Amino acid sequence: MPSYVITEKCDGCKGQDKTACMYICPNDLMVLDKERMKAYNQEPNHCWECYCCVKLCPQQAMDVRGYSDFMPLGAASTPLRGTEDIMWTITYRDGRIKRFKYATRTTPEGSAKAFADFPDANVGDLNNNLLLGEPDLLGVDELPTIKK
Amino acid sequence: MKDYAPETVVVDTDILILGGGMSGCGCAVEASYWAKPLGFKVTLVDKAAIDRSGPVAMGLSAINTYMGMDGKVTMNPRRPERFVEYVTNDQMGLMRQDLVYDVARHVDSSVKLFEKWGLPIWKDDAGNYVKSGEWQVMISGESYKIIVAEAAKNAIASLGDKGQIIERVYITHLLKDEKEPNRVCGAVGFSNREDKFYVFKAKVVYCAMGGAVHVFRPRSQGEGFGRSWMPPFVNGTTYALILQAGGELTQMDNTFVPPRFKDTYGPVGTFFLLFKTPATNAYDEAYVGGYPEELAKWAPYADANPTPTPLRNYEMILCAKEGKTPYWMHTERVTERFKKEITDAKELKKKLKEYESEAWEDFLDMTIAGATNWAAHNIDPLEQPSELQLSDPVFIGSHAGSCGAWVCGPEDLMPAEYAADFPLKYNLMTGVTGLFTGGCGVGACAHKFSSGSHVQGRIAGKSIVKFANDNKAFTPTVSDATIAKLKEAVYKPIKLYYEKCNYTTAPEVNPNYISPQGFLFRLQKIMGEYAGGWETGYGTSDKMLEVGLTKLAMCGEDIEKLAAKNLHELLRAWESIHRYWVAEACMRTRLARKESRWPGYYYKFDYLKLDLSKNFMLNVKYNVDTKEWQVIEKPMVSII
Repeated sequence: MPSYVITEKCDGCKGQDKTACMYICPNDLMVLDKERMKAYNQEPNHCWECYCCVKLCPQQAMDVRGYSDFMPLGAASTPLRGTEDIMWTITYRDGRIKRFKYATRTTPEGSAKAFADFPDANVGDLNNNLLLGEPDLLGVDELPTIKK
Repeated sequence: MKDYAPETVVVDTDILILGGGMSGCGCAVEASYWAKPLGFKVTLVDKAAIDRSGPVAMGLSAINTYMGMDGKVTMNPRRPERFVEYVTNDQMGLMRQDLVYDVARHVDSSVKLFEKWGLPIWKDDAGNYVKSGEWQVMISGESYKIIVAEAAKNAIASLGDKGQIIERVYITHLLKDEKEPNRVCGAVGFSNREDKFYVFKAKVVYCAMGGAVHVFRPRSQGEGFGRSWMPPFVNGTTYALILQAGGELTQMDNTFVPPRFKDTYGPVGTFFLLFKTPATNAYDEAYVGGYPEELAKWAPYADANPTPTPLRNYEMILCAKEGKTPYWMHTERVTERFKKEITDAKELKKKLKEYESEAWEDFLDMTIAGATNWAAHNIDPLEQPSELQLSDPVFIGSHAGSCGAWVCGPEDLMPAEYAADFPLKYNLMTGVTGLFTGGCGVGACAHKFSSGSHVQGRIAGKSIVKFANDNKAFTPTVSDATIAKLKEAVYKPIKLYYEKCNYTTAPEVNPNYISPQGFLFRLQKIMGEYAGGWETGYGTSDKMLEVGLTKLAMCGEDIEKLAAKNLHELLRAWESIHRYWVAEACMRTRLARKESRWPGYYYKFDYLKLDLSKNFMLNVKYNVDTKEWQVIEKPMVSII
């Protein structure tokens, strides 16, 4: 189900060095046609339909059309991704609509600090098997092992 | 681009992390933590943007490896021993139990970190994690990778000018040290966005760019070519680079064949485990347990509980041979069961709404195409069943598959038989000094999944800092001539294209070169038809493999004829080159294995049984100087 760009809505991310879709696509599929200032999927048959581009597009100019190999036309899954949840609108081929909302994260964006609340690493501990925050994070007194 | 001359950028670093997927992000966190007081520089390179790179790019609906050692789970708190036993049985008795145990004893700490960072993990009213099976924890994981990447980015950023992330650079080769032959000291690659050739020099390299998809032919060949179960952008770089650096790979014949919702490969785990959904053949008979006499040939593993994945798959293959497909996942029978069990109308309505929401979330969190496919076929999963199918084989070391490198285990767990291969004793180092791996890079260590891959990256992250600290005085030796030679090789497909493209009136067909897509189709055709793809019902034989290998050798020779008209095609060219190495490693190992150890992953027509006298793993090795391949038997040694 390759991604596509709606001509009327795409503004080429206003001529920044790269568009949001180019930035995010894990498979390097999106390119900007600088003359038209419109992005497009240069290789639809390598699209994994992960929707990373659709979720990130600031103009909501992107969507996905089911792979013609096996999907009858007319259906869509349309996301609206916020900072803590995502809303999906499912449109059936026969016109039925379903809506679902799911949590995506419980903390403010940008706040995931790996070392917060842990003491600095002690170089002398490089020789033991304990990782950052262990054994406390594991909820056990000591790291399990097997007595040989 | 006829006179294409990209600039060379040299990056000197102490620690080089190649790949920013789950294990790369885990490695970045742990390595930064330990590197900080030592003042080491950490550089992470990814071919995409780490916010959404790797197989977790789309999200996940469950964490599939969790022990619950603290007891705060809705059921079945487990210890590593039991996990090791389960994983060994699932993979038909061949497993590096020391590596599996190591993942299991640490994995809960990564999951606790994910929760702290903001990943929504399902809990009951008492605050216990909701387990859907023995090892699975349910999550709302649309943003799983973004959250994990954010922690990795913040960890590297905390190093100030000693931390760096470079995105959109594809790694083509590892650098071998020119003073110490069995040592890796960096890597080279190209930017697929800028005219830049990158040279990374480092004390230690963590090579974890995932498993490999699209080595075997996918079932869909048009637009749906990209709809593989694991994403098409994992292409075997890890395996190809480790082989060419002189490292050993193990179990490269053990490709995982995921049984999934047909065509879209939507996940089945939650349907089987959480909803207890029945699956049948076309005649409403259970195919699981439907072939007891046939399966008895795979005793004692056939008697294991649960039935190993390769045997459940084999039941599907036997079912297909009898002409009893399609297979059905009866999602509608879960609705029927609730209607029988719940008599209160209001309660029932609530339960069905919950089931509907959770069923759709399972797809929308990780296989959105599966949701659209229901809508496109006017299927309401609460009312109608959906088809299942076996997918194309994938090379993976983190799911129910065991491909990957032969690496050192932790000193307190590794059997002496394996320790002899690793005199330097650094956990997760390959046999090549300074070259470490994790995630899908580590072989014979299945069922890591996302959490186990992350924690294995962390185990390696600490180990590589220890290695760097023990090798403080080391400086890489790589000559300018080597760099120049590699640069020429990397951009050769572009040079060839512009030298020859005007020979024909249309550049697509030209006797002087082959396109990356054309090369990929040839590779996939050989693998699919000779090496046990879905085309032959996952069967192969020595005769088929012998012919396949001769064809593959010619395919390998044509690497020299790959042409690329721009940087994007150059990316596709190198991805396919790396896939070729994976294909060869697989075929050679399959030829050497004279039994059908994992019949639902692949079987040998000429050795269609389990042979317990062949209770060994098969390693594969390549000598770059003599261009010779070697297959080596490694004994199975239990630690529990």
